[in-house]
Amino acid sequence: MGDGYPLLSVSDLKKHFYVRKGFRKVEVLKAVDGVSFELRAGEVLGLVGESGCGKTTLGRTLLRLYTPSSGTILFKGRDVCHVSGEQVREMRAGMQIIFQDPYSSLNPRMPIGKMLHEILSAHGVRNGGEREERVEEIIRKVGLESTHLRRFPHEFSGGQRQRIAIARALILYPSLIIADEPSSSLDMSIQAQILNLMKSLQKEMGMSYLFITHNLSAARFMCDRIAIMYLGKVVEMADRSQIFESPAHPYARALLPLCPVPDPDTRVEHVALEGEVPSPVNPPVGCTFHPRCPEAAAICSRQTPKLLEIEPDHWVSCYRFARMKDMT
Amino acid sequence: MVMGTDGILRISDLRTHFLTDDGEVKAVDGINLTIRKGESMGLVGESGCGKTVTAYSTLRLVPNPPGRIVSGQIHFKGRDLLKLSEKEMRGVRGREIAMVFQEPASSSNPSFTIGNQIQEVIRFHQGGNRVQVRKKAIEILDAVRIPDPVRILTQYPHELSGGMLQRVMIAIAISCEPDLLICDEPTTALDVSMQAQVINLLNDLRRERGTSLLFITHDLGVLSWVCTHAAVMYAGNIIEQADIRALVKNPQHPYTSALIGASPRLDRDCQVLDSIRGSVPNLTNPPGGCKFHPRCDRVLPVCTEQVPQLKEKGDGHCVACFADSEGGAA
Repeated sequence: MGDGYPLLSVSDLKKHFYVRKGFRKVEVLKAVDGVSFELRAGEVLGLVGESGCGKTTLGRTLLRLYTPSSGTILFKGRDVCHVSGEQVREMRAGMQIIFQDPYSSLNPRMPIGKMLHEILSAHGVRNGGEREERVEEIIRKVGLESTHLRRFPHEFSGGQRQRIAIARALILYPSLIIADEPSSSLDMSIQAQILNLMKSLQKEMGMSYLFITHNLSAARFMCDRIAIMYLGKVVEMADRSQIFESPAHPYARALLPLCPVPDPDTRVEHVALEGEVPSPVNPPVGCTFHPRCPEAAAICSRQTPKLLEIEPDHWVSCYRFARMKDMT
Repeated sequence: MVMGTDGILRISDLRTHFLTDDGEVKAVDGINLTIRKGESMGLVGESGCGKTVTAYSTLRLVPNPPGRIVSGQIHFKGRDLLKLSEKEMRGVRGREIAMVFQEPASSSNPSFTIGNQIQEVIRFHQGGNRVQVRKKAIEILDAVRIPDPVRILTQYPHELSGGMLQRVMIAIAISCEPDLLICDEPTTALDVSMQAQVINLLNDLRRERGTSLLFITHDLGVLSWVCTHAAVMYAGNIIEQADIRALVKNPQHPYTSALIGASPRLDRDCQVLDSIRGSVPNLTNPPGGCKFHPRCDRVLPVCTEQVPQLKEKGDGHCVACFADSEGGAA
């Protein structure tokens, strides 16, 4: 789990969008603003945060669906941003994505068997018999049957479509799957089926997941390590148990008790997190969380804290810990 | 059956059907529900189970055609809402029963200011001159803890964030001090921190003003934090009903326990979620007997033949299942 080599290594990644405001004025939306992390082989890393924190943009930038504004992405030691032509195809075979909405991410005019075949032939599996075999194998792995292959996406329910999306991502045996809220558009009972399926496939096939979600409970179930994002930055990153048992960043500590648990005795009377996530167009100066932080000090509104390792494998970006570290 | 005479809303044997090209869909198929004063009744279930249709039926907002309330009574403060004229109903909606919808952006009017929309409701139901109405609107915005209410009055819905707009919608809903507030997934579109603020707001409203709530959700966590009682719906029927503590800690119906086991927990690690096999049945052609039997782990021969009735097991805990009752298990 934790001792593999870095499969994906991201350093100081930025993705800025330019939004037109009025006739001349152009504003910068810093969707991802200096994110660094490593993803090890065979690991499930959760990327969690509230809407607008940049988690989806980050996922898509890693696949080069967006061109990064700056920073580097190394996938298996190779720079994702500076490959071209045939190498892009090769790289994409190694990293695949599952989208949130299984209704809009499948081609409505193509039977799903044909879709899976097309992926294989685009990636150089010329032998028809071999393609047939691999399609059958993958469709059974995701819990569907080979009779389903002739059907079109509209003939399936939401849960089945998400299974098809998983099959599509898995058929090339990628080493990394970026799953962008794969279960959040599904009903509760179906969500459990999909999460269980994704977890058991990961155990069986050994690939890594970057699991993007806003649902901390789902992250706790799926992930080995979790990175919490706030306004384009990672504010805390640690093992699942550290995040949930001893969160360090004030944002994480305020956010966790606010997630509803099916137990009426845990109701929170006081919401420590006032207001809302500010707009990423003009984010607060200094630590972006300082206007909502109950523990903000003078320095927080002037300088941006760096992500520091406060204990082995537990990274936090907060001046409270920077000071502690200086003292020791 | 929980049947207090002090129930402010008493739905009995409500059936709402929709006529579609594929046949008749029994979206709500004979439900009984009582909400008492100051109580917060949760209605929980997966999509298509009829929870929203129940709420719409209560306000007589079911679009007809294709929908039709086939039978039943909805007693609200001693009157049967289904027998009122459309004009009388307009006096009930907004004043006595108000509703908050899931998507604040699509349930507000984009071309009028917030002030306009709040004041319209107050003027329609309570009257008063401009100054009084405006003063009341500011008071209400203050009550839902909106900072700087005077400025908000002049703003348009698109200028507010989702969470802020949802508070405005709650403000509009409570502006005439309704006895019952129906909330249809009011926090689903919101972020965790805003969701917690809205949950606390609703809890305070209930405690301070004694407003009863009918709270529709699919999230058992939100349900446990808002509701005092809850009813679980499946394919148009209520299959279990109890006070919230009994429901989440000691669920009796196999579907309820499966739903609880299927949601990932924030407060503990688990290896595998209990999933329910298959999916929600197609309501044009539901399975016979207990509608849950094809997905149930505790299915008995009788489940495929007879429809279980909601029966009280003590302490107001009602369950519609043969597996638990003495007769069925024997």
